[in-house]
Amino acid sequence: MNAPSKIPASSKLIAGATGDWEIVIGLEIHAQVTSEAKLFSGSSTGFGASPNSHVSLVDAAMPGMLPVLNHECVRQAIRTGLGVKAQINLTSTFDRKNYFYPDLPQGYQISQYKSPIVGEGVVIVDMGEGEQISVGIERIHLEQDAGKSIHDQDPRLSFVDLNRSGVALMEIVSKPDMRSSDEAKAYVTKLRTILRYIGSCDGDMDKGNLRADVNVSVRKPGAPFGTRCEIKNVNSIRFIGQAIETEARRQIEILEDGGAIDQETRLFDPVKGETRAMRSKEEAHDYRYFPDPDLLPLVVEQSEVDELAAGLPELPDDKKARFIRDYGVTPYDAMVLTLERESADFFEQVAKRGDPKTAANWVINELFGRLNKDGTPITESPVSAAQLGGLVKLVADGTISGKIAKDLFEILWTEGGDPRELVESRGLKQVTDTGAIEKVVDEVIAANPDKVEQAKAKPTLAGWFVGQVMKASGGKANPQAVNDILKRKLGI
Amino acid sequence: MSVDENTVRRVARLARIAVADDEVSKLKGELDAILAFVEELSELDVEGVPPMTSVIPATARLRDDVVNDGEDAEKVLMNAPAREADFYVVPKVVE
Amino acid sequence: MTELCDLTFAEARKALAAKEFSAVELNKAYLEAMEAARGLNAYVLETPEIALERAAESDARIARGEAGALEGLPLGVKDLYCTEGVRTTACSKILGDFTPPYESHVTSLMRSAGAVMLGKLNNDEFAMGSSNETSAFGTPVNPWRRKGSDAKLVAGGSSGGSSAAVAARICLGATATDTGGSIRQPAAFTGTVGVKPTYGRCSRWGIVAFASSLDQAGPIARDVRDAAILMGSMAGYDKRDSTSVDTPVPDYEAAVGRSVKGLRIGVPKEYRVDGMPAEIEKLWSQGAEQLKAAGAEIVEVSLPHTKYALPAYYIVAPAEASSNLARYDGVRYGARVAGRDITEMYENTRAAGFGSEVRRRIMIGAYVLSAGYYDAYYVRAQKVRTLIKQDFETVFAAGVDAILTPATPSAAFGVGEMANASPVEMYLNDVFTVTVNMAGLPGVSVPAGLSAEGLPLALQLIGRPFDEETLFATAAVIEDANGRFTADRWW
Ligand SMILES: [Mg+2]
Ligand SMILES: [Zn+2]
Repeated sequence: MNAPSKIPASSKLIAGATGDWEIVIGLEIHAQVTSEAKLFSGSSTGFGASPNSHVSLVDAAMPGMLPVLNHECVRQAIRTGLGVKAQINLTSTFDRKNYFYPDLPQGYQISQYKSPIVGEGVVIVDMGEGEQISVGIERIHLEQDAGKSIHDQDPRLSFVDLNRSGVALMEIVSKPDMRSSDEAKAYVTKLRTILRYIGSCDGDMDKGNLRADVNVSVRKPGAPFGTRCEIKNVNSIRFIGQAIETEARRQIEILEDGGAIDQETRLFDPVKGETRAMRSKEEAHDYRYFPDPDLLPLVVEQSEVDELAAGLPELPDDKKARFIRDYGVTPYDAMVLTLERESADFFEQVAKRGDPKTAANWVINELFGRLNKDGTPITESPVSAAQLGGLVKLVADGTISGKIAKDLFEILWTEGGDPRELVESRGLKQVTDTGAIEKVVDEVIAANPDKVEQAKAKPTLAGWFVGQVMKASGGKANPQAVNDILKRKLGI
Repeated sequence: MSVDENTVRRVARLARIAVADDEVSKLKGELDAILAFVEELSELDVEGVPPMTSVIPATARLRDDVVNDGEDAEKVLMNAPAREADFYVVPKVVE
Repeated sequence: MTELCDLTFAEARKALAAKEFSAVELNKAYLEAMEAARGLNAYVLETPEIALERAAESDARIARGEAGALEGLPLGVKDLYCTEGVRTTACSKILGDFTPPYESHVTSLMRSAGAVMLGKLNNDEFAMGSSNETSAFGTPVNPWRRKGSDAKLVAGGSSGGSSAAVAARICLGATATDTGGSIRQPAAFTGTVGVKPTYGRCSRWGIVAFASSLDQAGPIARDVRDAAILMGSMAGYDKRDSTSVDTPVPDYEAAVGRSVKGLRIGVPKEYRVDGMPAEIEKLWSQGAEQLKAAGAEIVEVSLPHTKYALPAYYIVAPAEASSNLARYDGVRYGARVAGRDITEMYENTRAAGFGSEVRRRIMIGAYVLSAGYYDAYYVRAQKVRTLIKQDFETVFAAGVDAILTPATPSAAFGVGEMANASPVEMYLNDVFTVTVNMAGLPGVSVPAGLSAEGLPLALQLIGRPFDEETLFATAAVIEDANGRFTADRWW
């Protein structure tokens, strides 16, 4: 697989002493499958339980225990495959990957090595400013998670907790299609969005429910692929970016010094900002894969795949296109609005009640800004979609000004209530009655004869008068009407 | 096919079985004898024959996504040769 | 009380129902007989308290008219079966005093049918062996002896404890397991009846795994009817074993005595191996005559890949075993031997815990699966397995109902006699039985005569998948023609 594709934009290249270098990145994402029970046993996948409580005899690999496949995990993998427009393999098999580790009770991991349930697919990633890249999916397979070893409790001992042991993972393997840390980060972000839309993985990186093995190599633009290193288990999008940058620079330095890259497995240390080789590397890995004789081949009916396809929610790309088409929002706004299914739903509720463009503006700038600042998820927004929709409608039909709308938003956020009623009861309505506005204008002109003279000489000073009038009206005067009347009265 | 002593050591290491130096040549002899015995298979033409995946014509059994197991740490820990509270304990693993 | 121990299943069941004696009395008789037979080393753990407690429960159920199919009947359990609250070791040091908090599916079924457990029976370590000499608890002794000799003979393997105990009448019947012949060969060596059911007929859940695609649970009993009765309670679907087959369990006992008239019995020419003793040859043709006399038609058939079964087996079985036995690492259960670090702990634990045959097979298995060798060994062996299975399918498709072969190439040999033999010579014990496991078919071993030295010899019947009934019917014909064989009591 050696496709020296098009030479990427120079902004994505790294300048070295011997010229520019191109980074080639492929990702293996381990996504925890959303399910109640584990992949091959009936124990819980719940997070944060006391040690070794979510463990069945199967998970602990007691003698004579046997795996039985969880149907829902299979369905989640198929949904995910459909979500990345991939081939669903109606027959797939489970293999054993043999190695010894204390948190691997069976002495092997059950994984779909030879025949995965999902084949090739693609993820379209927005890079901003209208640039899109497409990242190929090589395969998605189901496998078991390992348990957890805790090394910092005792100087001589490690403690083993098998609660995670046997939890279902989807390993989503990309093609080496990314050329910068930004592309890799955007890809993970997009993939996470898709998984969360589908509901096959919650994408919670803090809990380790989405982690990445990052394959990095460098080459001179257009040259064949270089030797790659795999950085294991990077658990945040920010760290993925840092790990790539750090590793690429390390490799470039070695190559420019005339050295060669060893194909090896490395770890990223975010504190030191470096990658280092894993100690177990001297052990040449020989996993002795073979089909698990305890499990028969997995055969899925096409009708079940069709049923799952029919039940899929609208996917982010489709939703984004529809927002641009139906609501007339900008591609960027559409991308931001569709990042999370809940946000997109919220926006649509708001847009239904008022002008869509104004709605997009309010949802993205006011609501998201405020939610982010408070760290509140959209599902717990103090201002409901109905409320924000009411507000947007009041702005759109000229009942309140933009400035008043911000005050109204604040009231809705802290006190709640119905926007229209609040506008009525608190007298926030925009004054468009020219008689009332003229009266205020007259008062301001009468009180500032010197400024009137200056303004006649220098018409830009009219702005000062507008401010005074708005202030005197408590912000409720229609700014356009104020402007017109002032200009007429001042004769400018 | 016969194995050399390094291969014996490598396989023992893969299988996590300590092998004393004086056992290696005996093991080598035994492995060689077994490998010579199974060598007979190489005379068969198996081109195009599918390898057996399941001796009974059946496909994977599927289980409902229901939690009905676990929640008894004592049950899985009671036979542990070493434990600390509800953890299994092993010599420190360095990574 | 020895007369009580002489009754068969069917006889004991009838007597218990008629209240001629109680289940407690019957089990006490067996416990006494077990004590007297300790020299045979058939049991690795006796559980008299459990036996008497369950026998008393059986009496209560019999009194209430709620007796199950195995109610009150004293049985032995191979130590490969996990038994709740009772030490289970697979006769390996590596399991230490492992006491499972669970009961295997098969023994659970037997318990719900009212069976009483007398104790755990000896076997080759992890069922790897053909003479039970690899057990960490020493070798069980065959109740049979050569004419005029008191040399100790092996009871076969790996289920040597089961076969020795049934033959010595220190249990009424026993559970066993068969991966390459481990039920049928020990049954043949002891004059008992052994049944290896179709793969998937009995659940493997809770039975210590040796080679998952070959392992199958089954009974060893004193005669064909007893084996059928026991089999009826061991078989059944289990949703916890993905390879367990969901098909109804027929009334096996009803098949015993069923006519074999019109059945086509195949005699495979490839089983006439070089150097086969004349008495085995004679036994075989005599068995064919007996079936013919009962109305069956005898046809010569060809199973051309027979000679490749054993070499293929010695790739597939060790490969699966090397992986299945990786869980014995001294972390969650069993014995642990310390080391300077985790890797050394694993290596020390597994070097000390596994016996030499188990270590050898694990290493062979790891080797044939390792990078660069996988296709040449493992994949090729699995292809050969396909060919072996096709051989049988062809024969069955041609209208053959069962296949008659010798069960073993020889009678029982002496304890220690094969000590200087190579592992491969030992493996040849399974030459007639292993094809059945490779193809997932049912097979039964039925005694058919005595050797010149006065030792039992047996024939094997191989059936279509899930057609154990035909095997019980044909085996019963052989049994009726030759009579039953009982060892003289010398212990
Ligand atoms: Mg990986
Ligand atoms: Zn993985």
